[in-house]
Amino acid sequence: MKSSAARLQLVETANCGPRRAVPLSAGALPAAMIARAPPAADRGLPGFAKRVMQNISSVLATVVPPLVVLAVLMIIWELACSGPKSGLPPPTKIWREAKDLILDPFFVNGPQDIGLGLRILTSLQRVAIGFGLSSVVGVLLGALVGQSVWAMRGLDPIFQVLRTVPPLAWLPISLAAFRDASPSAIFVIFITAIWPIIINTAVGIRNIPQDYRNVAEVLRLNPLEYFWRIMIPSAAPYIFTGLRIGIGLSWLAIIAAEMLTGGVGIGFFIWDAWNSSRLSDIVVALIYIGVVGFVLDRLVSWIGQLATRGTAAS
Amino acid sequence: MIAPLDPKTHTAMIVRQPGRSFLKIDHVDKVFERGASRTEVLRDVNLTIEQGEFVTIIGHSGCGKSTLLNLIAGLTPVTRGAVLLEDREVNEPGPDRAVVFQNHSLLPWLTTHENVKLAVDKVFGRVKSREERREWTMRMLELVQMAHAGDKHPSEISGGMKQRVGIARALAMEPKVLLLDEPFGALDALTRAHLQDSVMQIHATLGNTVIMITHDVDEAVLLSDRIVMMTNGPSATIGEVLTVDLPRPRRRLEMVSDAAYIRCREAVMKFLYERHSYVEAAE
Repeated sequence: MKSSAARLQLVETANCGPRRAVPLSAGALPAAMIARAPPAADRGLPGFAKRVMQNISSVLATVVPPLVVLAVLMIIWELACSGPKSGLPPPTKIWREAKDLILDPFFVNGPQDIGLGLRILTSLQRVAIGFGLSSVVGVLLGALVGQSVWAMRGLDPIFQVLRTVPPLAWLPISLAAFRDASPSAIFVIFITAIWPIIINTAVGIRNIPQDYRNVAEVLRLNPLEYFWRIMIPSAAPYIFTGLRIGIGLSWLAIIAAEMLTGGVGIGFFIWDAWNSSRLSDIVVALIYIGVVGFVLDRLVSWIGQLATRGTAAS
Repeated sequence: MIAPLDPKTHTAMIVRQPGRSFLKIDHVDKVFERGASRTEVLRDVNLTIEQGEFVTIIGHSGCGKSTLLNLIAGLTPVTRGAVLLEDREVNEPGPDRAVVFQNHSLLPWLTTHENVKLAVDKVFGRVKSREERREWTMRMLELVQMAHAGDKHPSEISGGMKQRVGIARALAMEPKVLLLDEPFGALDALTRAHLQDSVMQIHATLGNTVIMITHDVDEAVLLSDRIVMMTNGPSATIGEVLTVDLPRPRRRLEMVSDAAYIRCREAVMKFLYERHSYVEAAE
């Protein structure tokens, strides 16, 4: 009798165990996809139609407010910049002058006359190399600093000073060291993104519960097994916080670095457009940069959510 | 170490070797030093445990029970004296002294099956094939009645179930000594009773040596062959050792009115609440 009562208890508590909340950003995507389903199937299925209607209204509720605000801002902008003495172009003028840039991101008219999408890709390639390097080195250094008291005492003061150096301050010295624009730009990305990755990883590793360390000790995990099986999964939420800050800083740094180093990146495009007074092109490029930065941030955040699904302490 | 099974009764046959102690805690002192402050937690602890014995250590909080268990586990070094397992000194943690921790300490990013498998792979990675290791993991989960939840993550199961998986992980290492650090402390009374029954059953089946920390008198009397009672800290030591002479298997309901059970219970209560009552200021 007693044991069956206890088993019932177990089953009950098992069913009401904490469920992980579905992340908001992930929920919006399937909703949008369902809303675009062909309406032909609706007639025979009132339940399905109802669901489609609900999804459409929820999509509208998220999409309409920013569109309205955007429209209002555009009108204000148009009115403010329409005067003959205005220094900045209004939206209608931008549309007239930079239509090719907006409509076709991937045109190639010559070695220096290419679409903004292609320029963005060039910049992204540099970010990928620089940020990739800083992720690997940052996590390894962070693990070292988080794990060893002496490494922390030795390295932490140096990190704290170096991390305050602005990205562009590194550029002259890296140009001197690498004697080439492209590796210098990559180095600037690397050195900018690495500090938040190191610091967050170190904090994550310092916060590994003693219980997990004890488990590793009883099992006699070797350092490599400990790194992969305990350290990385346990510190993953912190590591991804660092990566997310790092990718944001990388994107900030590459635009600035490309303005100075030249080449075909989006940063140099803005600088070039300024020198030839193509203000409309600059505005379009700014919007591209903003959208790409947003997508990068969301991408790292999404990978982080995937990777740390089970890591939340229970 | 799992003893061979008796073909008639299907309970463990324990072959005791006379004159040779299985686990010996020999004049052990433990002093924690932090900067200038020096705290003697344990002083002159002596205890010999036979193979297959179920021993509980009971005492008020702060008496160094957990410290003693950590010394046996090798997670904390002894200051003086020695812990000897089969005549070899314990000086580091290892799978021959598997620990079930108070708060289960399962790795939350692994499923329950993977948690047990991590231990199995580590301990038997060389001697067992992949298929054998998988089967062994399943057998251990079955032993604690958790085979149905192998693909669940620890956050999806109840506290009692987590503790079951923790026990499965420890047993999977085939430890010479199973160390339980207040394993049921955080559970409700019904779940705890159910787990106590499971532990008794496992002990009867495998015949392993178990050392368990508890602060629950009934739990101690019901499960143990001997109860080790600790005096209050600092400088705690073993005050008394009570042999629980009750036949096994023991049934919870029968025990309630059993004269020997009541006598044992009274002896432990008297030790804890008369002679060594808890003094807060002593900490």
